[in-house]
Amino acid sequence: MTLAAASHGFLSPTGVEIAFVLVGIATLGAALQTVTSRQLVHAALWLVVALGGVAVEYLLLTAEFIAWVQVLIYVGSVVVLLLFGLMLTKAPIGPSPDADSGNRWAALTVAGASAAALVWVVVDAFRATWIDLDGTVQGSAEVSGRSLFRFWVLPFEALSVLLLAALVGAIVLSRRGGDAKGAAETSAPAAGEERH
Amino acid sequence: MHLAYPAVLAVLLFCTGLYGVLARRNAILVLMSVELMLNAVNLNLVAFDVWLRDALHGGQALTLFTIAVAAAEIGIGLAIVLLVYRNRGSSDIDRLRDLAERPAGPAGAAGSREAQPDTGAEATA
Repeated sequence: MTLAAASHGFLSPTGVEIAFVLVGIATLGAALQTVTSRQLVHAALWLVVALGGVAVEYLLLTAEFIAWVQVLIYVGSVVVLLLFGLMLTKAPIGPSPDADSGNRWAALTVAGASAAALVWVVVDAFRATWIDLDGTVQGSAEVSGRSLFRFWVLPFEALSVLLLAALVGAIVLSRRGGDAKGAAETSAPAAGEERH
Repeated sequence: MHLAYPAVLAVLLFCTGLYGVLARRNAILVLMSVELMLNAVNLNLVAFDVWLRDALHGGQALTLFTIAVAAAEIGIGLAIVLLVYRNRGSSDIDRLRDLAERPAGPAGAAGSREAQPDTGAEATA
């Protein structure tokens, strides 16, 4: 690392570093818009920009398979699910003044303090550490697939069981008038039906 | 590339998500902020995997697992939020106070006993 540090300098950034910083600034700005926007749908759309920016950062770090997975799963499905959730909870179109709760300044203090502490620690710890991006590609689909199915098969299969459990759980939770809920509703008649 | 760039970006994204979790009032916006925090962790994992040139590619495998777990989490979380919205008529987490401590009433035991039917009535209302 010290040998590598000798051949680099803070004042001569490479093109990859410049691109990383620019995309990082855009990602951070989109993230800030996500957590501060008063229009709920706009917050979800800014989240798309932030997640796409993170995908570009993965590409710049030569982890291309993860970048495409990020685009597919986060931008493709998670944000769509969030938009569905916003619409199903009848989120107001247009600015909603009560999007932020009363403990905003406490949250700002906590976030600022932790950001300052973590940035200080991270910069101090990795001041002379350099990533070598010029060698073999670290995260192409071939490399990722080979390591995933050679060394990580058991966690991978356990993850599929977890996804199945989450799917069944989400169906059970969102099914209207199930058995357990029906038994509860016989004592309190037509609790959910009046609302719909 | 200097390792501090992805590390600092991950820290700032994480703290942005932390602010969102603490300051937002709508439950779905809180879930969005949780997604930002998970993305910050994923960025750290990828950066350190590329730096260490791990033979097992543990960082990238863990990133894939984190993405899958986050997808499962968002499915379950939205199902819970929709259930709460269906029962309560709002997804405002500041108003979900059933598990909060009551202010010191006349007697603790009596307060908890009379709070029991109250929450039941709220849940079915």
